[in-house]
Amino acid sequence: MSDQIMTMSHAAPRRAAPPAWRKPVLMGAPIVLLLTVFLVFPVGQLLALSVYNGQGFTLAPYQQLFSSSLYVTVLWITLKISLATTLVSVAGAYPIAYLISVAKGPAKSRLIFWVLLSFWTSFLVRAFAWVIILGRNGVINGTLMSLGITDRPIDLLYGFGSVLVGMVHAMLPLAVMTMLAVMENIDRTLPRAASTLGARPGTAFWTVYFPLSLPGVAAAAIMVFVSAIGFFIVPALLGGRRETMITQLIIDQIQQTLNWGLAGAISVLLLTVVLAVFVLYDRVFGFATLTGETAGATHNRDTAMRRLGGRVLGLLGAASDALIGLFPRRRPRGTGETPSTALRTVVWAMLVLISLPAFLMIPLSFGKAGLAWPPTGFSLQWYEQLFQSPLWMQALTRSLVVAFGTGLLSMAIGVPAAFLMVRSRMRAKGAMLAFILSPVIVPRMIIAVGMFYLFAQMGLVGTILGLVIGHTVVAVPYVVMTMTAVLRNYDTRLDLAAQSLGARPLAALRHVTFPILGAGMLSSFLFAFATSFDELTISLFSSGGLSATLPKQFWDEVTLQVSPVIAAVSTGLLVFVAVLIYAADRLRRRSLAS
Amino acid sequence: MSSSSLTVQGLAKRYGDFVALAPTDLVVADGEFLTLLGPSGSGKTTLLSLLAGLVPPDEGIVRIGAQDVTYAPPYERDIGVVFQNYALFPHMTIAENIAFPLKMRKIPEAEAKKRAREALEMVHLPHIAGRYPRELSGGQQQRVALARCMVYKPSIILMDEPLGALDKKLREHMQLEIKHLHRELGTTVVYVTHDQEEAMTMSDRICLMNSGRIEQLGTPADLYFRPRTLFVADFLGESNLLPAALGPRLGDEAEIRLGSAGIPGRALANGQDLPPGSSVRVMVRPQNLSIARPSGDETAVMGRVSDVMVTGSLTKVYMQPLDAALPPLVAAFATRNEAEAIRIDDVLALSWDSRDAVVIPDRAPAAVAGIAAKAA
Repeated sequence: MSDQIMTMSHAAPRRAAPPAWRKPVLMGAPIVLLLTVFLVFPVGQLLALSVYNGQGFTLAPYQQLFSSSLYVTVLWITLKISLATTLVSVAGAYPIAYLISVAKGPAKSRLIFWVLLSFWTSFLVRAFAWVIILGRNGVINGTLMSLGITDRPIDLLYGFGSVLVGMVHAMLPLAVMTMLAVMENIDRTLPRAASTLGARPGTAFWTVYFPLSLPGVAAAAIMVFVSAIGFFIVPALLGGRRETMITQLIIDQIQQTLNWGLAGAISVLLLTVVLAVFVLYDRVFGFATLTGETAGATHNRDTAMRRLGGRVLGLLGAASDALIGLFPRRRPRGTGETPSTALRTVVWAMLVLISLPAFLMIPLSFGKAGLAWPPTGFSLQWYEQLFQSPLWMQALTRSLVVAFGTGLLSMAIGVPAAFLMVRSRMRAKGAMLAFILSPVIVPRMIIAVGMFYLFAQMGLVGTILGLVIGHTVVAVPYVVMTMTAVLRNYDTRLDLAAQSLGARPLAALRHVTFPILGAGMLSSFLFAFATSFDELTISLFSSGGLSATLPKQFWDEVTLQVSPVIAAVSTGLLVFVAVLIYAADRLRRRSLAS
Repeated sequence: MSSSSLTVQGLAKRYGDFVALAPTDLVVADGEFLTLLGPSGSGKTTLLSLLAGLVPPDEGIVRIGAQDVTYAPPYERDIGVVFQNYALFPHMTIAENIAFPLKMRKIPEAEAKKRAREALEMVHLPHIAGRYPRELSGGQQQRVALARCMVYKPSIILMDEPLGALDKKLREHMQLEIKHLHRELGTTVVYVTHDQEEAMTMSDRICLMNSGRIEQLGTPADLYFRPRTLFVADFLGESNLLPAALGPRLGDEAEIRLGSAGIPGRALANGQDLPPGSSVRVMVRPQNLSIARPSGDETAVMGRVSDVMVTGSLTKVYMQPLDAALPPLVAAFATRNEAEAIRIDDVLALSWDSRDAVVIPDRAPAAVAGIAAKAA
């Protein structure tokens, strides 16, 4: 037996073992290359434009920036709106995420479906729905007047309130999904243990569950804050002059005056704020919580803050227990294992509230009266107009092609990177993760403007390829994040088993790894697809004037002339998203069953 | 072991059609170490959860001391639970974890700190108070979980497979340690395990469970030597179960006739009240079999040796009886010098003392009767 092995190893031609660095480099190179060429370089170029005017060094843009109070005021407004959005979204998302994390079976799937439906319904559709709801002829005013409560419409639109409502509506699903990743990892026996040790429900929640969920709250807060700060759709559609946000100023500089220097300077300002927030976050919680790593990975042992926090939470617990004590106790209840009816009612009410706006588009799209509430009659004229419009149809085809291309390219680049992040023992893993996440961290507007400048130099403006590359840059972090989470749950011993049974690494990948990871990979693909399909910021510039994508076409229509065709498009998008989520869920279940 | 500290009457739990626990009665004495033993799905964890108040029962009563706690939430029962995964709070230091139940009981901070320190000393870990749970080994986490449970001296401690995650050596060490702590503190312990050896070494009494009901409740020796059902005989250790026909009673023994040949013999009637002529099983433990020198008190079976296995201090001999109606027998002897060793194909007679044989009702006829009743 051993002789045989000896002769065999002698007979086989001796191949030099590939150097150990080759595989990780091959897996990491595509994403590093993509982000360096199409993110770091263009953003760097844009920032450089703020101090270099073609002849030499200049600080003129910064003088312009600080000479009037306009820009600082706008920055302050931006921060105020983003902060308010963050607070409300996180507070609202907490009970929803909590209920999802404790729900089981079909109840859980139903809750997740509704959150995902809002999450994937286009920002444009959702923001536009609020225009309809809050407008002078809108749902609220229409209802109030028909009930005779007021006789003239109230101004609900174009103020801080309407912007906040729109922003929270846009960000709440993101907050829920981010928080959920952490909450799902909290050991459910811990609150039970607290209960057996003598803690009443309120105390068990505030002193045990809540501290463990804090990393999720923090992750959700930073995701919402950073998304909000770079957002322009909601303030543009729902805000007045006093709710102008800083990204809108950048658009103005590019689209109206082509003042690259000032656009660069504003970008520097915005980026500085965002980076400061992120550095703070990393110090306190660590980036790892963003990918749903187990709660409580880092703890400062410093006691003064902790003790104060402990006191506050203890008091909160005692207070809520006193509150609970006011109600008569129903008899056979366990330990709060089954969520209370009150919680469920509140959460479902919130889910209805965040889903409803988009659904209002359905009756409007079939009405005769256009966009005024209430809809009257039944007609398919808006759909006819939509399908006869070459502009809309070309935009739809282009969007589908770009989204599909983005999905494929993001997977090709993101999946190897995810394998690298999970499996290799790199020293610079933290830095690599931060680099991969940078398209999420850098405000989208800055990426879009920088990319526009680069694409103009390369002749990529208005091309499908340009859009695919641009969208892949912003979609690839999501692919890496979802795939990392999927891979972390994958038992790598299965690969070793396959290899021990004679499968070469690629064969093991094909026959064992990919079939098991199929559902996770599909959902990553859909994530990238949907990100591209709804992408507006990059398309706003890089599609050029003529070759619009669906969101760009939507944006042009909404900002130039509001037509009821929009309602028909919105309805179509809503149905499309619902079908996608349903199909993905079915596929996931089938792969689990097999 | 004077008064009862825990009383359960008609306690039952169903999940839909699945009966997790059939109506069950159980009394645990003060200071007793009672083990709930059984395969997975036997209802032992359900019973423990009902005792802890983590799950509400469908019917029945649970009393701790004299107090009815059937529907009381866990925090109002005077209990402690050691969870399978320890359930230490990851965001609290070890000292904070142990002081947690004292804080919940509004014990002043200084006093709580002192008692937490004492509890850590009791489990031989005084130096780790400032650490976080994830910085400890599995064995250390286990001890902290024990300390957290004992620090407030609950009248009953419930343990759910607390040693399941530890390796064999550490597990045996911790078994001893838990026994010592139990003796020192005199607390009542209800302990869940699926490991029969663990149950045998640790318990005052074992409550063996199977498909949602109690199969037998008694001391480890009761269950091992005097099992009342086939399940108990089979679950605990190795056993020989020989089909036999029951003859008339003689004091606490009964006459039996083994196999198709009707080899005559006697066995302990085991308190079973079965009519003569019933078909039964006779159980004999392998170590109670010896190579036959038939005398008046012994029953013997002839057969051919099919396998011999030396397992260290014991040698196991497998024998196929000449009567084909009898199943193969296994006997365990102290391993002997090679000269006297038993070899494959030797023909032997294995015999046993009638005091070491026990009559167990055969389940098969009852099942057949059940099916017949259904058919009719």
